[in-house]
Amino acid sequence: MTTLSTKAHSEPAVYVYEAPVRLWHWINAAAITVLAITGYFIGSPLPSLSGEASDYYLMGYIRFAHFAAGYVLAFGLLGRAYWAIVGNSHAREIFLHNILKPSYWGGLWHELKWYLFLTKEPRKYSGHNPLAIFMMHWMYVWGTVFMIFTGFAMYGEGTGEGSWAHSLFTVWLIPLFGQSQDVHTWHHLVMWWIIIFVIIHVYVAIREDIMSRQSIVSSMISGWRTFKDEGKIDND
Amino acid sequence: MPETFYDVMRRQGITRRSFLKFCSLTAAAMGLSPIYAGKIAHAMENKPRIPVLWLHGLECTCCSESFIRSAHPLAKDVILSMISLDYDDTIMAAAGHEAEAIVDETIAKHKGKFILACEGNPGLEEENTGGMSCIIAGKPYTEQLRHAANNAMAIISWGSCASWGCVQAAAPNPTGATPIHKVPGIGNAPIIKVPGCPPIAEVMTAVITYMLTFERLPEMDRQGRPKMFYSQRIHDKCYRRPHFDAGQFVEKWDDEAARKGYCLYKMGCKGPTTYNACSTIRWNGGLSFPIQAGHPCIGCSEDGFWDKGSFYDRLTTINDFGIEANADEVGMGAAAVVGGAVAAHAAISALKRTQNKGDHES
Ligand code: HEM
Ligand code: SF4
Ligand code: SF4
Repeated sequence: MTTLSTKAHSEPAVYVYEAPVRLWHWINAAAITVLAITGYFIGSPLPSLSGEASDYYLMGYIRFAHFAAGYVLAFGLLGRAYWAIVGNSHAREIFLHNILKPSYWGGLWHELKWYLFLTKEPRKYSGHNPLAIFMMHWMYVWGTVFMIFTGFAMYGEGTGEGSWAHSLFTVWLIPLFGQSQDVHTWHHLVMWWIIIFVIIHVYVAIREDIMSRQSIVSSMISGWRTFKDEGKIDND
Repeated sequence: MPETFYDVMRRQGITRRSFLKFCSLTAAAMGLSPIYAGKIAHAMENKPRIPVLWLHGLECTCCSESFIRSAHPLAKDVILSMISLDYDDTIMAAAGHEAEAIVDETIAKHKGKFILACEGNPGLEEENTGGMSCIIAGKPYTEQLRHAANNAMAIISWGSCASWGCVQAAAPNPTGATPIHKVPGIGNAPIIKVPGCPPIAEVMTAVITYMLTFERLPEMDRQGRPKMFYSQRIHDKCYRRPHFDAGQFVEKWDDEAARKGYCLYKMGCKGPTTYNACSTIRWNGGLSFPIQAGHPCIGCSEDGFWDKGSFYDRLTTINDFGIEANADEVGMGAAAVVGGAVAAHAAISALKRTQNKGDHES
């Protein structure tokens, strides 16, 4: 499309997302998709089936898929947190970032201006930009942690007293919310919080891919961040 | 020697046979092995009756109504005389000053040794506004409660009112109705909650029998409910559960599925979030329980069950947004707003991009 007006230039590249991070990203995306769909149908089940109960296990399978994907999500997050410790510095970004550093907030402000069309150029980052870090940390990481805690608390209600999920989560989390029904409601509400994150995340990733000076979507596949020009990398 | 339970039962004309039957049924209800039937019988024959003060605050008396319908053996006479109910303004014979004198007398005579059974709860708002919402013999109920509670060995919070607040504490709770464990200044006696609106009669008698037999409180969960009756949800032991797992639901009150007895989940059944023994012990002597009669569980033994929207909706109504909505309506609304914003943003981005193309990439 742009070939007509684009001069020949080189595209520098940095290796950002190591294999475990990329693998996690896509497995996790699949798990969340399964969780959101099955979760929705747990709250509002499909039309009733007639015939013998022993012939079907529809709700059972839906719930099973939900719990299986729940385990994937939970152990995925644990594995990802481990990689944040042993992996490269970019693997740490969504968990830990220095919010006391003025340049972080400066970068966040600049990025906001870029999204409000108040500045012509975004800065260049090899990892995530400060706004992305902000969203991923606060909306995604904490949203997921919340879902895992409330999810396993409800799971423990089914597996019952003495099960690990019951002892680890149900025992304190249900009284904290008051009763089980509110835990269901919050678990349900935060699903929408995560869906909203996904909408923004997918939009921004594609938009950045097109409009910014770095690759986004392909980086999560290949691991390499390529830059569309040779300007300096801002980072923070 | 003071009268024992057994003495009273015999005096009431209960045969030894039905007495033993009561002991084994109670052991079974508590989930104990059959040997405990003997222990219960032994305790009943030898231990003096525990004095019980049964006080009523803001309530509907459904707990008393349930209690006197306990199935075994001949509830209306025996259960009531089993414990020495020294004061219960609903069913005692005495009235007026004479009756009120019994409260002080019991407290003085059995200081630290009686059980305080609370039905209903106090309205604390009267302390703030000087209004009155529950006056017993000319004095606020709160006073009577505090006086008795501070001298009791243990407190039983009967029903959802005493345990959680129930209907009188439902928003906006004009009287400031407060469950017993949250009332300031009631001392340190252990509190056992027996929630339900009302609680099942067999559960009520079993809790008292347990306390008498083993001279301690039954094992309780974090929220102070006896584990033997409140550690599982209605849903965990519901006989309609196979229909739930199969995905067979009642969709309308008069549909074929309702006649066939399918799961009531879509009719708003709160069984999956309600801890109670209805699906195992059932009601009216094990005859039936609401779900068996074709009505969803309304979650009557759970904290705040009046404030969670319709009994007939699966998803909780959330009122905090000024409008009534459930989690899906709130979530979809928010997602639609964000989706709209994203679309608008994408359109502006595309526009800017065409405008800037020249100077950006030349
Ligand atoms: C992104 C993550 C997740 C999403 C979007 C999600 C979504 C949902 C939704 C919408 C419901 C229905 C709630 C209701 O209205 O009653 C639900 C129920 C439930 N979820 Fe999740 N969930 C997630 C993670 C988890 C995890 C990690 C677990 C842990 C095993 C879990 C376990 C459960 C359980 C046990 C229920 C209740 C099932 C029932 O009542 O039959 N969820 N989930
Ligand atoms: S009727 Fe209620 S308690 Fe029984 S299986 Fe269905 S949802 Fe669960
Ligand atoms: S079935 Fe549910 S609503 Fe009915 S009495 Fe039992 S706990 Fe209460």
